[in-house]
Amino acid sequence: MSAAPSVLDGPPEVVGGADHEPRWLADVRQRGRAAFRELGLPTTRHEDWKYTDVSPIAELPLAETAGADVARDRLRPFHLESALELVFVNGKWREDLSTLRPLPNGVHAKSLAVAVAEAPSALESELGSVAALEGHAFTALNTASFADGAVVVLDDGAVVPGAIHLLFVSVTGGGAPIASHPRVLILAGPESRAAIVETHLGFDGDTYFTNAVTEIRLEEGATVEHYRLQVETPEAFHVARVVARQGARSKLLSSSVSLGAKLARIDVETTLAAEDAECVLDGLYLAAGRQHVDHHTAIDHRQPRCRSRELYKGILDGRASGVFNGKVWIRLDAQQSDAHQVNRNLLLSDDAEVDTKPELEILADDVRCSHGATVGQLDEDAVYYLRSRGIGERSARDLLVYGFANEVVNRIRVEPLRVRLEEMLWNRFRDDADPEEAR
Amino acid sequence: MARDVILEVRGLHATVGEKEILRGVDLVVREGEIHAIMGPNGSGKSTLAHVLAGREPYTVTGGEVRYRGKDLLAMPPEDRAREGVFLAFQYPVEIPGVSNTYFLRSALNAIRKHQGLDPMDAMDFLKLLKDKMKFVDMDQALVNRSVNEGFSGGEKKRNEILQMAVLDPTLAILDETDSGLDIDALRVVASGVNQLRDEEHAVIVVTHYQRLLNYLVPDSVHVLVEGRIVRSGGKGLALELEEKGYAEFERPERAAEARAS
Repeated sequence: MSAAPSVLDGPPEVVGGADHEPRWLADVRQRGRAAFRELGLPTTRHEDWKYTDVSPIAELPLAETAGADVARDRLRPFHLESALELVFVNGKWREDLSTLRPLPNGVHAKSLAVAVAEAPSALESELGSVAALEGHAFTALNTASFADGAVVVLDDGAVVPGAIHLLFVSVTGGGAPIASHPRVLILAGPESRAAIVETHLGFDGDTYFTNAVTEIRLEEGATVEHYRLQVETPEAFHVARVVARQGARSKLLSSSVSLGAKLARIDVETTLAAEDAECVLDGLYLAAGRQHVDHHTAIDHRQPRCRSRELYKGILDGRASGVFNGKVWIRLDAQQSDAHQVNRNLLLSDDAEVDTKPELEILADDVRCSHGATVGQLDEDAVYYLRSRGIGERSARDLLVYGFANEVVNRIRVEPLRVRLEEMLWNRFRDDADPEEAR
Repeated sequence: MARDVILEVRGLHATVGEKEILRGVDLVVREGEIHAIMGPNGSGKSTLAHVLAGREPYTVTGGEVRYRGKDLLAMPPEDRAREGVFLAFQYPVEIPGVSNTYFLRSALNAIRKHQGLDPMDAMDFLKLLKDKMKFVDMDQALVNRSVNEGFSGGEKKRNEILQMAVLDPTLAILDETDSGLDIDALRVVASGVNQLRDEEHAVIVVTHYQRLLNYLVPDSVHVLVEGRIVRSGGKGLALELEEKGYAEFERPERAAEARAS
């Protein structure tokens, strides 16, 4: 009897469809495969993985292909009013489930596999140019294994009205776990603007593994909003890495909302590679039961006058555990950098825990740099304040938890997404009230 | 004929931790009255205000408080508010992520529910709010923001008065609402209090300075020193205090004399 394939086996030498892939892509995959073989899965002895044990991922008895599909109706609650919506099921693009609309001139958004088939050399030297493999086993695994994903290209000055929604669905129908490795590439040309929303979800307590990588390159003056909403099943494993490289005066707004999965690990990294670039990295993680959620962020100030802002908030209940690690480097040349990091955590039970660690390395001398981390319970003064206005104690506490989370959600600029998240928070923390009232 | 008593405080003692802060406060407030409680820093003025509102770290160790005939101290803070007691905080709390409008409507509807009234819908509420905002001279943008978040000191105090105006309490207690305010904001506070000046309401103004009392004329002025009301009088007492300060009350033997007189 042969054992089921494991993530540890890595991808087979010839991946599905590889025979008609261009040579350069085969080379990219080969480099990913080699890096993964060399690195193996990280263990808790690895500093960056100290609090997150991914060994259960290796133990998943993976099926080669999923034994189930998703019915169109089940996706209805997750559609987002958007300029374009690409739906992926178990890692592959599904034209039949997607909503394609004509995009403005200079905006290109499509399935990565389709893009490669249509113009085999267009993405050569682009794919993998932002997300380095070194030290990143899951990125290596994704690079070697991805079946599909999305590519968004914005020409000079192109502007996308509304958001582009990338919906990644995993479904096994209760069968053997599957692994998918969605790959997203966003190339924002000079002075272009776009908002991209990634949603990752599953159904019915299915067990599966999502290993997503998103690369974003922002040219001079480009503005990219990147939102990711992780609502995987409570049995799912979700690993993701968002890596950006920013040109002069570019702006990146990243917001990572992590609500689902048994184990979630999300890395968000950006390099402020030219002067006057700016990034805002926001995050919200809610975990209960025995969920584990780990966010690692890294901001590399390399050139003068860049600005970074970070607000990560977590609410942990039950026996859940959370991790926040925020690295900020300010290099020797990065004078007049302005960096500000905040991580706040709310523990709603005695058994919930969080490990928070800012890591600042500052080599330049003329900088403004601050960070703060808190772990605590609800502010009793605030509870009293609300009660003194006639609001009952239970409602006061619920409202404060909602408000704590909503502070991050309020900063989301894509309205349909913000409204959906407000409703989700409302249902989670205030199931007796009307979300309409909160606006 | 004397008006109905709204609040009756008898021999109130309260401690925080080991420290006794209120040491036998007596106070009777009737409908339509405005009372000023004045006193030096640390005399127990704010403690009295918060004990009436129901703050937890304070422990009542003696005495009683009847509010419209009911045992006020037996009620949790929310029930006191629902029964019509309102405390304007000296240091209003910031609540990120919760809009001022939503917060205030939740509060109003909690009170209305207690009174057996239907909840006020969003449209009617906004109409009411707009009305009340006019006289506190508050910017629409502030109302839509999170509760008190990033508000200046003056804006926070205006927001307290706005809440008071919307919730229309039977008994309003202002805890040093006037401290640190400019003249315009002071006028707003005074006009908020004067709006409540009729036969159904009563107001207790806790203050360190006489200044606010230029704009609202109290029926009674009480001097609180070391946890006791050492002297009560009419509005003239406030002026006298402004002139002479609290020094004469601060030594216990003097305080005893003052009580006897």
